[in-house]
Amino acid sequence: MNDTSSRSPRLPLRELLLFAAVAVVVVGVFAVMGGAYATRMLVETACYAILALGLTVQWGYGGQFNAGVMGFVALGGFAATFVSIPVNTAFWASDLPLRLGSVLLAGLAVIALVVAVSRLDRLGVPSWLRTLLAVVVGLVGYLVVISWMRSVAGDIQSRVDFVGGLGLSPLLGWIVGGALAGGMGYFIGRICLGLRSDYLVIATLGIAEIIKAFLKNADWLTRGTATISPLPWPVPEPGDVGFLTARALYLSLTAVMIAVIFFLLHRAYHAPWGRMIRAIRDNETAAAAMGKSITRRHMEIFVFGCILMGIGGAALTSFTGIFDPQGYQPLNHTFLVLVMVILGGPGNNLGTLFGAVLVYIVWIMSGPLALALMQLVTGLGGDWFGWQPGNLDSRALQARVFVIGLLIVTVLRFAPRGLIPEKVARHD
Amino acid sequence: MNELIFFFNYVVVAGSVTGSIYAIGAIGVTLIYSILRFAHFAHADMMTLGAFIALLLTMAFPHAGDVVGLPTAIVMLPLSMALTSLAAVGIDRVCYQPLRAQGVRPIVMVIASLGVALMLQGAIRLFAGTGAQSLYVEARKAIFRIELPGVARPIVVTEPQLILFVLTVVAVVGLQLFLTRTRMGKAMRAMSDNPDLARACGINTRVIITLTWLIAGSLAAMAGTLLSLDVAFKPDLSFFLLLPIFAAAIVGGVGNPWGAIAGGFLVGFAETLAVFNWAVLLRPLQAMLPAWLELPNNLALVGTEYKIVVPFFILIAVLVWRPTGLFKGKVI
Repeated sequence: MNDTSSRSPRLPLRELLLFAAVAVVVVGVFAVMGGAYATRMLVETACYAILALGLTVQWGYGGQFNAGVMGFVALGGFAATFVSIPVNTAFWASDLPLRLGSVLLAGLAVIALVVAVSRLDRLGVPSWLRTLLAVVVGLVGYLVVISWMRSVAGDIQSRVDFVGGLGLSPLLGWIVGGALAGGMGYFIGRICLGLRSDYLVIATLGIAEIIKAFLKNADWLTRGTATISPLPWPVPEPGDVGFLTARALYLSLTAVMIAVIFFLLHRAYHAPWGRMIRAIRDNETAAAAMGKSITRRHMEIFVFGCILMGIGGAALTSFTGIFDPQGYQPLNHTFLVLVMVILGGPGNNLGTLFGAVLVYIVWIMSGPLALALMQLVTGLGGDWFGWQPGNLDSRALQARVFVIGLLIVTVLRFAPRGLIPEKVARHD
Repeated sequence: MNELIFFFNYVVVAGSVTGSIYAIGAIGVTLIYSILRFAHFAHADMMTLGAFIALLLTMAFPHAGDVVGLPTAIVMLPLSMALTSLAAVGIDRVCYQPLRAQGVRPIVMVIASLGVALMLQGAIRLFAGTGAQSLYVEARKAIFRIELPGVARPIVVTEPQLILFVLTVVAVVGLQLFLTRTRMGKAMRAMSDNPDLARACGINTRVIITLTWLIAGSLAAMAGTLLSLDVAFKPDLSFFLLLPIFAAAIVGGVGNPWGAIAGGFLVGFAETLAVFNWAVLLRPLQAMLPAWLELPNNLALVGTEYKIVVPFFILIAVLVWRPTGLFKGKVI
């Protein structure tokens, strides 16, 4: 904590006070709800903190807004699941892996063919004919591959349920998750960085929904709505060492991860690279005039943030112990993280950590609170206007949607730099 | 012939319906973009809000439509449009105006609009529950079946679809006349071209901004109400509208109302064509095809569950090849 403030002479009173307050709240949760519940909450908070650090890299350091955190979380979760669950021997013993492989190869062949056809103009073919040919070849090839894929997927589902996993360590899955998310981030970044920043928001919003739709409907790969559970943990399971110890071990693991990420971010932020990033964020034209490559730096920032989100999502999914594509919600996995970052202090790692802890505790506690409040309101509404809404639980949860939105608008208006604002170091 | 009628019902009619809805929505997005210079992500939720107000009014006066022979929701549409546009102005005053005054970057306005979207969604779900409700509260939807001689299948068009087509044309023509013929419309175009110059010419930018929200809000209410009249009111309507509407606005060139209309129809038809099962049309030709080429049962480009991929793909394609949009918008 002293690291960030060492450059300013005054005592970091604000940070100390805010963290002390959060510590008191955490101790309160321990006292009231018991150790097992509180450790679970802390582990989830730690996973969310990794997500929030990823977003603070993108939004706080780079000024790029990613509205599709959920998609990267889901990718990470899928990677952790796929790598860590046991191998489905029935699948590997059959002829299905061969068929699946040949479909994938055919897909690659079609892509190569389309690329080749789209280069035909170099051989003197008129460009309109080339475009027409490329579209026709792509369309026919796509239809052939997709109907082949449909039959293979149907066979996989009916004969062996789904492809199963790799049976490797979850930690490897987390790394793969980070890599997958980073790759997806690279794809989006290639298209959208360099255009208006609004386009990135739309594209990330869209890709998140597409990733979710794919994971939900690709039953042959993920069992879709049937969900996969249990997921192995990288630390001893609760069944072997008891709930509290297992969760505490998991918490230590995530805490170590956060410490490492935090340290690296801190070094990067105060390094010349960090100064360059801030210069680009604050004045793109001037930075470009100084010879900085804006697009490449933007890409680094975006991909790096996405990798953190993938790792965080993988850790979160492994901890939950169930892979349910429908469990990934924009509210829980995008907007909650957004609130953590803008409330805590975008661009300030410490502030982001603070925001993550505070917001997650409030979020977890707000469920029962909203229900109680809702009962009170409907009681009054029933007495006064005869308003009798059904399914109170789901409505109470909807109230949280409203509150998250309200928080975003209020923070942007009244505390645009967050509770622990970014401190730009001066070297005079 | 039967197959052609099937194609007409499932592609031409359905595509025009979704196309009109997307077009009206995209006009609102593009107007806000050209005046206020930010992507308004709460627009789809404003459409839902308009539909919800219409639903409430219809529930309050279920028989108001019988007098004129139209669905009640249509009779209530002007009122719902007025209320929604007032809500839009109110939201602007409370949420966006202070941020504008602080001179924040456009991306911050985008985040604020995401916050507003969540607030609207939460409030609507809080009161409406999460299920779907028909806007025909105590009436039945009129369905017209046009029989053609010698064909077994009729052409099917529903009452809300006819009303939707008529109102879309009215709205588009009205907007065009407003933008080109009236003082206010010309002032609006001037401001979208160059805000500083417009202010220097004595145009009251505050009034123009209010006007933009009024137009965008009422168009949003219209599209939302007509869509829910045709299908059903769902609180998560916005979820299915947001991406197509933005794709439509960007395809057409942001800041260009005619482009938004073209983009809306493009995206609408692309969606219906992509999920249409082409095997239905090709099956009569099976006899002519060589024996080794057997048609699969399902020749749809994408399954219905992946419908959202279509607007995204169009969006990506446009961003890669023509970031200014097909019809040259002003701002990229």
